[in-house]
Amino acid sequence: MFEHYLNIFITTVFIENIALSVFLGMCTFIAISKKIDAAFGLGIAVIVVCLITVPLNNLIYNLVLKEGALSWAGLPNVNLEFVGLISYIGVIAAAVQILEMFLDKFVPALYNALGVFLPLITVNCAILGASLFMIEKDLKFGESVVYGLGAGVGWAMAIVVLAGIREKLKYSDIPDGLQGLGMTFIIVGLMSFGFMSFGGISL
Amino acid sequence: MKVKQYKEVLSKPLIEENPITLQILGICSALAVTSNLSVTLVMCVALTSVVSFSNLFISLIRNYIPSSVRIIVQMTIIASLVIVVDELLKAYDYETSKKLSVFVGLIITNCIVMGRAEAFAMKEKPFISFLDGLGNGLGYSVILIAVAVVRELFGAGTLMGYEIFSLVSNGGWYPANNLLLLPPSSFILIGLMIWGIREYKKDQIEPNEFKLSGHATAPDLRKKEANV
Repeated sequence: MFEHYLNIFITTVFIENIALSVFLGMCTFIAISKKIDAAFGLGIAVIVVCLITVPLNNLIYNLVLKEGALSWAGLPNVNLEFVGLISYIGVIAAAVQILEMFLDKFVPALYNALGVFLPLITVNCAILGASLFMIEKDLKFGESVVYGLGAGVGWAMAIVVLAGIREKLKYSDIPDGLQGLGMTFIIVGLMSFGFMSFGGISL
Repeated sequence: MKVKQYKEVLSKPLIEENPITLQILGICSALAVTSNLSVTLVMCVALTSVVSFSNLFISLIRNYIPSSVRIIVQMTIIASLVIVVDELLKAYDYETSKKLSVFVGLIITNCIVMGRAEAFAMKEKPFISFLDGLGNGLGYSVILIAVAVVRELFGAGTLMGYEIFSLVSNGGWYPANNLLLLPPSSFILIGLMIWGIREYKKDQIEPNEFKLSGHATAPDLRKKEANV
């Protein structure tokens, strides 16, 4: 049983890394990777939010939206899958809002460290993408917890690595037009070619 | 005066203020869906219609949205539009909708849509907001289509599924470049495209954070030592 969960975790962190293999959350990935500190803070926030929202969406899908899921309420023929997208994003927005209030009240140090990143996370496609992939893979509740954690950890690791490379990049002599955004794109491309080599591993 | 302003709003996002290459918005889907031109076209139409109509509707009700809950209100409007697009696609082009998998749903969190709603539609009148959405959608499409053409033409020798270059494997002359079919290659293509645009529009170049002092080559250093 443990092995099965470990398997899902390793697969989501390395083989199907949500940033470098499926390219989600790219806008923040490229915009907020200039400094390692900021990248690390954002990475932690993504891990926490993924860990909360993916299992929550799993419960909502399995208990309310799926075809026949409402049979406990006496409605066996109802299929609410078409309102899926709007409910997942609602769950994510609400979870982020609640997490923000909770941290502000009880863990102010972490709240200040995360600062503006928390509300930004609502529109980070890595979070919604993780939930959608979870639905597509049809995971059980326990698996979805591990999947959420793995997706967050993979994304956080990728952004910290990119920030490390970009900090060193400041000292290199790059052609004017390629400076900044252009160079970052090419580096992310090379990084994800590197991550493709994990694709050959079968667990 | 008005017409000129409309034209400007519509044409500026194409190259000058392109959402992908300058504003760093909406990159995720630009990478994953560009290996095949026909899928890319469907994605471009989907995104352009969502961003134009979300701008229109948000602008219509902009004076009634309290600013503290505006993100949720915008999200709801955008998510409803995306659901409409998703259902239409499932009904009329099931094959493509399967290929796009989660990326249609991800238009909700595509930052172009949110970014334009927040930056433009919350302040401006409905018609001009609609045009701004259309312009940004087209700007996104221009880059996506360019990347998709390069990737499909040189990666598989076809365009929209029709053979353009006859492949070596079919007895032709063109050895396909499979590297371009891998998703990471689109990063490198977009990077080079940004380079091209910035060489043409010099004012987009980002300033260097550090200035390198002139190159000190080995002969220079030796000369310096000799002088000391």
